[in-house]
Amino acid sequence: MAKFNLNINGKQREIDVDATTPILWVLRDHIKLVGTKYGCGIAQCGACTIHLEGNAVRSCQLPVSSVGDKKITTIEGLSEKGDHPVQQAWLEIDVPQCGYCQAGQIMTASALLEKNPNPSDEEIETAMNGNICRCGTYTRIKKAVKIAANSINA
Amino acid sequence: MTLVKTAIGRRSFIKSSALAGGGLMLGFNWLASCKMTPEQVNNLPKEWFEINGYLKIADNGQVTIMSPNPEGGQNVKTAMPMIVAEELDIDWKDVLVEQAPLNTDLYSRQFIGGSQAIRTSWEGLRMAGASARHMLKSAAAETWQLPIEEITTESGTVYHKSSEKSASFGEVASAAAQISVPEEVELKAISDFKIIGTSKKNVDGHKIVTGKPLFGIDTHSEGMLTAMIVHPPAFGMKFKSMDDAPVKSMPGIHDVFTIKVLEDEYERQHFDTCTFLEIVAIVGNSTWEVMNAKKAISVEWEPFETYNEERQPYRGPKQTLTIPAGLESSDDHKTKMIAMASKKAKVVRKDGNPEAAFRKAAKVVERTYTAPFLAHNCMEPMNFFADVKSDSAQLSGPLQKAELTEQAVAKRLGIPVEQIDVELTRLGGGYGRRSYAHWALEAAVISQKMKAPVKLVYTREDDMTGGIYRPAYQVIYKAALDSNNNLTALHINAGGIPESPLYANRFPAGAVDNYLAESWTIDTNITIGSFRAPRSNFMASAEQSFLDEVAEVIGKDPIDFRLGLLKKAQENPVGEKNDYDAERYAGVLKLVKEKSNWDKNDATRNQGVAAYFCHNSYAAQVVDMTWENDKPNIKKVTCAIDCGIVVNPDAAANLCEGGIVDGIGNALYGELTFKEGVPEKSNFDSYRMIRMSESPKEIDVHFVKNDIDPTGLGEPTFPPVFAALANAMYKLTGKRYYQQPFLSKDKA
Repeated sequence: MAKFNLNINGKQREIDVDATTPILWVLRDHIKLVGTKYGCGIAQCGACTIHLEGNAVRSCQLPVSSVGDKKITTIEGLSEKGDHPVQQAWLEIDVPQCGYCQAGQIMTASALLEKNPNPSDEEIETAMNGNICRCGTYTRIKKAVKIAANSINA
Repeated sequence: MTLVKTAIGRRSFIKSSALAGGGLMLGFNWLASCKMTPEQVNNLPKEWFEINGYLKIADNGQVTIMSPNPEGGQNVKTAMPMIVAEELDIDWKDVLVEQAPLNTDLYSRQFIGGSQAIRTSWEGLRMAGASARHMLKSAAAETWQLPIEEITTESGTVYHKSSEKSASFGEVASAAAQISVPEEVELKAISDFKIIGTSKKNVDGHKIVTGKPLFGIDTHSEGMLTAMIVHPPAFGMKFKSMDDAPVKSMPGIHDVFTIKVLEDEYERQHFDTCTFLEIVAIVGNSTWEVMNAKKAISVEWEPFETYNEERQPYRGPKQTLTIPAGLESSDDHKTKMIAMASKKAKVVRKDGNPEAAFRKAAKVVERTYTAPFLAHNCMEPMNFFADVKSDSAQLSGPLQKAELTEQAVAKRLGIPVEQIDVELTRLGGGYGRRSYAHWALEAAVISQKMKAPVKLVYTREDDMTGGIYRPAYQVIYKAALDSNNNLTALHINAGGIPESPLYANRFPAGAVDNYLAESWTIDTNITIGSFRAPRSNFMASAEQSFLDEVAEVIGKDPIDFRLGLLKKAQENPVGEKNDYDAERYAGVLKLVKEKSNWDKNDATRNQGVAAYFCHNSYAAQVVDMTWENDKPNIKKVTCAIDCGIVVNPDAAANLCEGGIVDGIGNALYGELTFKEGVPEKSNFDSYRMIRMSESPKEIDVHFVKNDIDPTGLGEPTFPPVFAALANAMYKLTGKRYYQQPFLSKDKA
C-alpha cells in the first residue's frame, strides 16, 4: 500500500492503495465516485473514460502511481450543476437508453470539443469509435455532439 | 369514456402500508440533490397521502408515481408513470417518479421480458390513475356535499363548475385517502389523452448524464465486501481442486472458498439456468485486490459426466434436459447441424400436400441459413448485492425477473420469501441476460457464508465466457414454384443447439397452400438463454432473406411479392392457426415503402427490405447503403412499426433505433465460437461490437397511427433488420449472405 495525493474534480484527495490500482477502482471503490463505469478493464469499451489534464483517457488502464498531480476530471466534476453543453445536448436529444455507457461517451465527447470545437462527422466518428454503446444510441450521440458543438460556438 | 371493472387488478389498489413505511423506498433524494431557496423549502410537501400502490399525493399537489417494472433502457420508468398520470389527470410537471421495489402484493409481472411491460400493464396503470381520480372526486363531492357526477377534474384540480368551486388534488388528497377503492372506474377516451402520445424526457436523464449511482454495480453499503468468482474455463468442465493458501494471504483478501450455486434437489424453473454449479468465490475489501487474487489463484478443473437436469419451463410440461459430457467445438457443431438436415425431424405443422407439390414443381429454390452463438454483452457486467442475515435478506441489483429470483434465493438460503426484500436497480442493459440471475444466488450464498453485506462483480471475461448465450441455429428453406412462377409449397426444416428457432404458425404459414414445418434439436453443455427477440432474431433473418431470393427468381419486386402473400393470407388463409394479422403486416410494408421512396429505387441506391411480426408488433425496414473501401456504409434505415398506441413517441423511436443498430451489429460481426469447450472470445478486443462509424448514418422511424392497445417495442425492430441488411448487401456485392455474421473473417 502507498499514499497518493490526487487532484480529483478540483479537490485534493488522499488515498492509501496498492500502487498498481487503476484510477477506475480508486474512483469507484475508494472515493465513491461511481459515475465512471467498469465495462471491459482493457481499454476497449470507453465506459471508464475520464479527463486527465483535459485529455480523454481510459481510467481502467491508468495506474494510480502514474498520475502524480495531474488533474483528474470525472463525470461528476464535468460541470457543477450538470449543465455542461454536452450534458445539456444529451438531455435535449434524450440520448440514453440503459445509460451505462453514457458517462464515458460524454467524457469522450467533451474532450473532443475542447480540442476541436467544430468537428466534422468523420472526426466525431473517429473520436467516439472507442466508446461502445450496446443499446445502439450512436445516431443520437452524434446528433448531440453536433448540438453541443453549436452551443459552444454560439 | 370506457367503464372498466377494477377487480382484475384490485389487489394492487388495496391500500397498503408496505409502501409507506418500507425501508426500501428510495426516499426523497431529489430534495437533497441541490441547495434550495427558503421559498422552495416552504413549498415542500409536508405530508403525503397514499391513494393506492401506484401513487401518493402530497398536500402541495405534487404526485409521486411508482414505476413498477425494472428499467433497462426501454424507458418504462418514464412511460409507465405517464399512463398513470394521464388517467389521474395531472400535469406531467407535477409528477415525481420512483422505482418501486419488488412487491408481489401490490404489482404483477415486474418483469423485463418479451416486450410486454406496457402491453400487460396498460389497463392496470390506467385503472391506478383513474381510480385515484375517482377517489379525489368523491372526496370533493363529500366535502362540498354535491353529487359526484357534477365533479370534474383537470390538471391536478377538482372542480364543481356551476358553483365555481375548485380544490387542488393536494387539498383533497387527505380525504381521498380515506375513501374506499371504487368497484369500477371510468377510463378516458383515447381522443382525450394529453400526456400519452406526447414525448416526455427520460425521468432519469439528468442522473445519467451527471453520473449519479443508479446501477446495481454502483451499490455500496457500510461494511460491504467485494466478491468475485472463478468459473471453469470451458463448458464440460467442473471444479476439481484449488491451491487457495497463497491467495488467502494476499492483501485485502478475507476468504476464498467454493460454493454450490444450486442444491442438487432444487427443482428448476424456466429461468434457473446455471452454467457452472460449483465455482470459486474470492472475497475481499476492494475490487482491485480481489481481481489480483483472482489472477493469482490456481484452480484445477476436470471434465464432467453426462447428466440430466429436470426443469419446469415457462409454458408446458416439465422437461428433462440432457447435459452431455465433452468439450465441444464450433466445427463439430457445424458438422452435426449439417447432418441433421438428412435426418427425420419432428413435423410441427403441415398444410396441404407439400410432398406432391415439390414433386410437381417446375422449379425448386433451396437455401440453408446458419447463425452462431452470441453473447449478450450488457455493458454493465453481471453483479449483485446481498446482505443475508440469519433469518432475513436484503437484495439489490439489476434483475429482469426479480420475483423468480427472490423465490430461488429464498429456497437456496432457507429463508422465507416474506423475509427477503429486493430493490430493483437500473439495468446497464439486459437483452434477456439478466433473466437468468444465477449470480444473485451466488451473491446470496457468499453473503450468508461471510455474514456480511457482499457485492458480487463479474469481470467482463467472467461474463462473456459464462454461458447463457443466444443458441446456434440452422434452417433450410425450400420453395416450390410452378411453371407460372407461383409459390406452391414451402418446406422449413429448422433446428438449433440446443433449441429450435421454429415458429411454425408465423408468416408465410397461412399464405402457402402446401406447407411443411419441421424441427430438431442437438444437445449441448453450452448454456443458452433468451436473447432480444429469441428465435425471431434468427428466423426473421433467414425467412426474409429467402423470400427476397424467391421474389428475385420469380421476377417480382420484393415488397410486392410479400404483399401478394399477405393478401392471400388475409383473403383466403391456409390453416387456422396463423398467429399474425395479415392486414397490419401489410400495413407496415406499405408504410415503409412510402417512407423509404422504394419506388424511386434507382441504380445509385441500394435498398433491401424485410418485415417481421413478433412480440405482438409489426415492423418493416428498408436499408439504404453503399459499399466503400471494402466496407458496408449504411446510409439510412427506414423503419415502419405498428405497436398500437405509442405512449412516449421520441423514447419509443430511440428504442427502435437501438434495435436496428443492435441488429446490424450482430448481423455483421456478432459471433462466439468454441474450441474444446473454451469460448474463443472473452472481451471486446476480440468480440466485435458495432461502433459509431459502422452504424447507420440516419435512422427514420415511423409509427402506424391507430387506437389499438399498445404492444411490444423492445424487440420487434431487432429481427427484421438482419435480413433488410442482407438483402441490401446482395444488391451491392451480388452475394447472398447465408451465414451470420455476414462479415466473419473465417468465411470466404
